[in-house]
Amino acid sequence: MTRRIPFYLLILLLLVVGIGLSIYRHDVYSVPWTPEETREQWVVEARIKFIAQGDPVNVVMQAPDTQAGFTLIDESTASQGYGFAMVEEDGERSAQWSIRSASEEQLIYYKARFLVDPQAAINTLPPDAPLQPVVFEPQRQTAALALLEEAHRRSADTVTLARALVMQFNDQSNQNAALLLNSIRREQALVALLAMQGVTARVVPVLALKDGRRRQSMTPMVELWSEQTGRWLLFDPVTGKAGQNNRLLVWGKSYQALLDVVGGRHSDISFSMLEQDIPASQATWEKVQAEDLLNFSIHSLPVEEQAMFKTIMLIPVGALIVVFLRIIVGIKTSGTFMPVLIAVAFVQTQLLTGIVGFLVIVGTGLLIRSYLSHLNLLLVARISAVIIAVILMISVLAVIAYRVGLVEGLSITFFPMIILSWTIERMSVLWEEEGPKEVLVQGGGSLLTAVLVYLAMTHELVSHLTFNFVGLQLVILAIILLLGNYTGYRLTELRRFRPLAEVR
Amino acid sequence: MLQANWLQWLRMPSKLSQKGVLGMNQRNHSYIGRYNDRRLYPLVDNKLKTKQIALQAGAKVPELIGVIHNQAEVRQLKKLIPRASGFVIKPAQGSGGKGIMVITHQDDGRFFKPSGAEVSSADLERHVSNILAGLFSLGGKNDVALIESLIEFDDRLLKFSYEGVPDIRVVVFHGFPVMAMMRCSTAASDGKANLHQGAVGVGLDIASGRAVNAVQFDHPIRHHPDTQADLSTLQVDNWTELLQLASSAWEMTRLGYVGTDIVLDKTRGPMILELNARPGLAIQIANACGLLPRLKYIEQQLDSGQLTVLSLQERVSFSQQHFLREACF
Repeated sequence: MTRRIPFYLLILLLLVVGIGLSIYRHDVYSVPWTPEETREQWVVEARIKFIAQGDPVNVVMQAPDTQAGFTLIDESTASQGYGFAMVEEDGERSAQWSIRSASEEQLIYYKARFLVDPQAAINTLPPDAPLQPVVFEPQRQTAALALLEEAHRRSADTVTLARALVMQFNDQSNQNAALLLNSIRREQALVALLAMQGVTARVVPVLALKDGRRRQSMTPMVELWSEQTGRWLLFDPVTGKAGQNNRLLVWGKSYQALLDVVGGRHSDISFSMLEQDIPASQATWEKVQAEDLLNFSIHSLPVEEQAMFKTIMLIPVGALIVVFLRIIVGIKTSGTFMPVLIAVAFVQTQLLTGIVGFLVIVGTGLLIRSYLSHLNLLLVARISAVIIAVILMISVLAVIAYRVGLVEGLSITFFPMIILSWTIERMSVLWEEEGPKEVLVQGGGSLLTAVLVYLAMTHELVSHLTFNFVGLQLVILAIILLLGNYTGYRLTELRRFRPLAEVR
Repeated sequence: MLQANWLQWLRMPSKLSQKGVLGMNQRNHSYIGRYNDRRLYPLVDNKLKTKQIALQAGAKVPELIGVIHNQAEVRQLKKLIPRASGFVIKPAQGSGGKGIMVITHQDDGRFFKPSGAEVSSADLERHVSNILAGLFSLGGKNDVALIESLIEFDDRLLKFSYEGVPDIRVVVFHGFPVMAMMRCSTAASDGKANLHQGAVGVGLDIASGRAVNAVQFDHPIRHHPDTQADLSTLQVDNWTELLQLASSAWEMTRLGYVGTDIVLDKTRGPMILELNARPGLAIQIANACGLLPRLKYIEQQLDSGQLTVLSLQERVSFSQQHFLREACF
């Protein structure tokens, strides 16, 4: 027993440090224990990339401001060697970077933090220029007038007029709409038609907020000026829905002028975003932002990496569940951590689609594999063949799902294909050696484990705790180390050895 | 009723540990993990190496006729195989009895399997090529093919097995035989001697080699389901000699917790078929007895420092004295 003492000291140390760090983070940075106590906050990061040519470079990017539903809390930028200024001109904010000379690939980051705030104080500016009358060339003008006439008949005010136009755009059989949309983009057509009707509108860049997304781009949407309310109203030119919601962030005033790079080629801008559960008070947030080693926070990383960590930090929870199910319960799975990877895929595909997809792919894969085993191939070639079969199957399923109108079916591409191929190979060998019953036992065990891991990973409290309290990872590690020492019976063994308990 | 059931299940762990049943976690952690050095595993995972160390230690093994290491040597197969008698081709690193081809007799270049099916010499060569390519080894590793002489099974035990050679598994702990069982194939197990596939497990008394209990699919039985032989009459002859052979695995491998598989040849007596560094727990069900008390007893004796220098014969007689057991048919 004495040689185990260092081990238990290590466990104790892990527990103390882990819990200590978590309490520290809770007390000093007032990060709440449960997700309910927080306010939703979005961190959005723009990543500007271009190739400089050795000349002076001037980069101008429109910058977002407080708007209906969102309050801008702070913004920051990271760029090597660039001079930076926030410029506000006629109510239009822009971030400007400049450098005397730069060459090769350049990266500039801009980060803004928005609090989801229904009571955001908005500073509305009326349209800066008078309405420009639009005239199309004769043929299109006729089409435009016909569209307007029809829309006007079916509408009562500006918003319903815009909606009626969008409905005609969406109507595949509408010749006039098709003619118009042939030459200009839908949102531009909408703005032009509204202008012909005397309504001021503009195309603005809008970011759809989805937690943990990376490499996103802006969606063009339309803002309508309403003279009566004195406000701009956001309007979706595809769905025809009007009004702000807390998942749409208007980035600036003009979609065309989102980014302007002078002195560089191949400029590109992409966006990452992350939802954070952080106490609303600005004061607390300032504290968290102050860099501090003891803070052990992954929140100081760029948003793109943070979004990745949100998933990575959940994997230890999955591992803990697998360890528990195997050591304490005694469930047999095919491949130790395959269920965790499947669960990660389920997070993307949603549970039901995920399970159906998994069963279809593995089932069909087993059929293909049984044919391959007749060909008597060597292992590496056989598995490679299975991988290709799985990829083909996933493509076919995605296309079929899309054609049938099941958009969820497209998410099937999130399945880890190599892992699935190995699963198929293992199950197939199992089938030959131990029979179909064992395949059912292990396949069912894997699926059950994956579903349990999925349920834990998607639980709001679990993801809140793992992402905000990195110290808890040490606690999980300590529990796993302890479980590694468990020498008692597995639950399934109680059944297996039951005849022995009855022996006198 | 339901409540009573729950209580029964709640009491199960303490009941089992009272009986000294060894669980999978404890086997892995306290026995395999503690006493089996990972470095030594290749000795038992490769049948060719096992055979070499067994021969060095003077233990009897099925006679090795030849080894085919690579594709170029496959053509020499015809020169290697015996002219008239039966033989066995098996992969050195096969798992679960896969890839074993048994030829019982031959007649002028025609070969016959136990079922009577005929095999051509081209079939034999293809089988060897498959073995070399790793078709039967774990993870598809390249392998070598062993050619062994056929085991002539002891007639007296033949009635206890259906379409397959029964083998005797002895769990050896630090050189002490702690528990033994005979695995007899059945129609359900398709001639294989794996208990979870439906083979009959017959627990054998360490002291006498007499059957103490028999199970199929974890349930006690008395008669072999196919041959109807009364399993309680099963008695292995030359038992002490067999235990000594099994226990010599300790001298050969220095693996602390090992399963020795033994077959009985009509003329040459008991021979080591293979060794297993991760022997399963079903032997407890076949014996209706837990392993833990025996393992703990030996650990205790070893810790007190009295048993370390015992010879092979002394170890076996120690086990025979202490692990005596009444039959429970």
